[in-house]
Amino acid sequence: MKPIPNQTIGERLRRLAFRQEGVLFFIMLAAALFLASRTDKFLTVDNLLQQGRFMTEVGLIAIPMTYIIITGGIDLSVGSILGLTAIVLGWTWQELGFPLELAIIIGIASGTAAGLVNGLFIVRVGVPPLMMTLATLALYRGLAEGISQAKSARGYPEWFFQLGQGETLGIPTQLWLLLIAVIVFAVMLARTRLGRALYAIGNNETGARFSGLRVNRTLLLIYAFSGLMSAIAGTIFVSRVSTTRSDMGMGIELDVIAAVVLGGTSIFGGSGSIAGTIIGVALIQLLKNGLALTGVTSDATIIVIGSVLIFAILVNNFIQSRRLEG
Amino acid sequence: MKKIFALTLVLILLAALFSAPLSAQDRWDGSDDLATNPLECGMMSDMGDMYDYDDEDEDADDDMGMMEYDGGQPAMGDDMAGMDIVLVDVPKLVGIGYFAATTQGQQQAAAELGNVTVTTDAPTEANIDDQIQVIDSYITQGVDGILFAANDPVAIAPVLRSALEAGIHVVGYDANSEPDAREWFVNQAEFNGIAKAMIDSLVEQMDVDASFGIVTSTFTTPNQARWIAEMWAYASGCYPELEWLETLEAQEDAVLSFQQAQTLINKYGDDLDGIFAMTSVATPNSADAVQQAGLCEDIAVVGLATPNDMKPYVNQGCVRDVILWNPVDLGYAAVYVMRAVIDGEFAPGDTSVMAGRLGELMVVNGSEVLLGPPFIFTADNINDFDF
Repeated sequence: MKPIPNQTIGERLRRLAFRQEGVLFFIMLAAALFLASRTDKFLTVDNLLQQGRFMTEVGLIAIPMTYIIITGGIDLSVGSILGLTAIVLGWTWQELGFPLELAIIIGIASGTAAGLVNGLFIVRVGVPPLMMTLATLALYRGLAEGISQAKSARGYPEWFFQLGQGETLGIPTQLWLLLIAVIVFAVMLARTRLGRALYAIGNNETGARFSGLRVNRTLLLIYAFSGLMSAIAGTIFVSRVSTTRSDMGMGIELDVIAAVVLGGTSIFGGSGSIAGTIIGVALIQLLKNGLALTGVTSDATIIVIGSVLIFAILVNNFIQSRRLEG
Repeated sequence: MKKIFALTLVLILLAALFSAPLSAQDRWDGSDDLATNPLECGMMSDMGDMYDYDDEDEDADDDMGMMEYDGGQPAMGDDMAGMDIVLVDVPKLVGIGYFAATTQGQQQAAAELGNVTVTTDAPTEANIDDQIQVIDSYITQGVDGILFAANDPVAIAPVLRSALEAGIHVVGYDANSEPDAREWFVNQAEFNGIAKAMIDSLVEQMDVDASFGIVTSTFTTPNQARWIAEMWAYASGCYPELEWLETLEAQEDAVLSFQQAQTLINKYGDDLDGIFAMTSVATPNSADAVQQAGLCEDIAVVGLATPNDMKPYVNQGCVRDVILWNPVDLGYAAVYVMRAVIDGEFAPGDTSVMAGRLGELMVVNGSEVLLGPPFIFTADNINDFDF
């Protein structure tokens, strides 16, 4: 969107600050400062980078999830696709004896194919996304368990761990991937025809069709994209924990959706942004970690996080409604 | 168009099913594929003799020779011998009776020693990634020692290694990690001992040609997979007429465990003589399923569980034997081992360690401390326990 000509810099900053992402950013800042005041272990470069490492998988999947939720859809199968990718990778490498490079490519290809299957049924057969991906949530997990025969593949070569456990230029390798993905796909959503098509579909799918947008192709693309990103996240996860298990990524879909919705994306479609999503992902991770470091046990932490989620959404709703009135 | 896509999906499914290795392995589902070391045949009443440590060491020596210490060592930290230490205990999950009992034992040991503080903190679900993050945050926070029960032996290893690098002492109990990622592991009972006790109990109750199903957590959970493999090995050697029907996965979930036991009952009907329940959640729920079906006389439930969960079924005579070690002792031993390590009284190469009221515990398998023989709860003794 172009800046309105007569606006001063101050006004523009104010507009930015009171946008949904701006408010959320301040909530995150406040939470971080509060936690930092309680323990000096929290706000250190090492700790923050480590948290970046932990949030990469959720962050990567949250990008396509934002796209999908903006169109008014949902993808519940991302965790199962992550698990399926991990198993395919481990199985083709260990049982079929493929080189690991090829196994990674096959794994990512099958994850993408899994996303594409979701998209095909949603677009061509007209199965609602919630039902389709709920079905494949079970189906892909079942496939993963069936293929793995309950065996886990271990003993990967050292170079593979660079991706999930190593550092590049002093920063966890996978965090670079996340940074690049966030920038590329944030720009794509905000500045390209594809991005505007997503908002149009979410606001009024029929209208979008009559406006000549290729709705079907766009939807197919983003569900396949979701499979691709889940598969990349799965590969990183395998590298980080150095083993494959068929239960990998179980429940991650809920973490992802929570972050996306916290980031201001409307669950009914039509609005949202990547910036908000990433702040949502980071806020949840910082809370989890910061509370643990201040001595709050894990079971109490999830209660606090739940409360903060509700609080953040309430505050944001309040400010947004005031802004619209004013 | 719809048909094409339905067909595609079916094809994908079929392809996956058939391309999966049609494993020709004879082992029961849910076994791992590691080497087994079954004990000699014989009934449970002889168990005392079987567990003479000297005998067992000789057996082990025949098979693999005395194992070298294969644990890891922490980076040099401050010498904390005799000083107050802060430990964190990260079990697989919190909120279940079993780990509440290990925590109880740890607190008893801490109270006896007087110079140890232990806090238990773990995810509320047995999730590998959550457990890794909990441990990581305690490394950042800084503790003197970490006690753990691993959700996955390999996945937990990198974070434990970074604890060792940070100079933190690491001792496992209940579920092991890769050996070099921790200093010692307190082994609650050797797998072959538990396996023998389970099989013997079923044979005693239902005879040597009984048919049975197994309800386990998942096929890859390390302890359960090991026990099933050892049960298979012991049964193949001693009771070849026993018939394995099926192994079902039930996570560590109460509702699912009940349903899986029901599945076995309904599917096999009169052919089912016994159910082996491999987790502390599966056992009471399998017993419940058998009781509700009114088949207490026809189906023997043999499993691992905590006594409180099993009292109703044992007292009413629906279940005869509950097999376990004492988890209170397990937690207790883990804290004593940690204290001995930090005090420099227990080092690589030692063959035993003193653990308070438990006396001297033996080192097995290189870097494991054996708690002792399995414990069998029956109607005669179950009411003496409260955990």
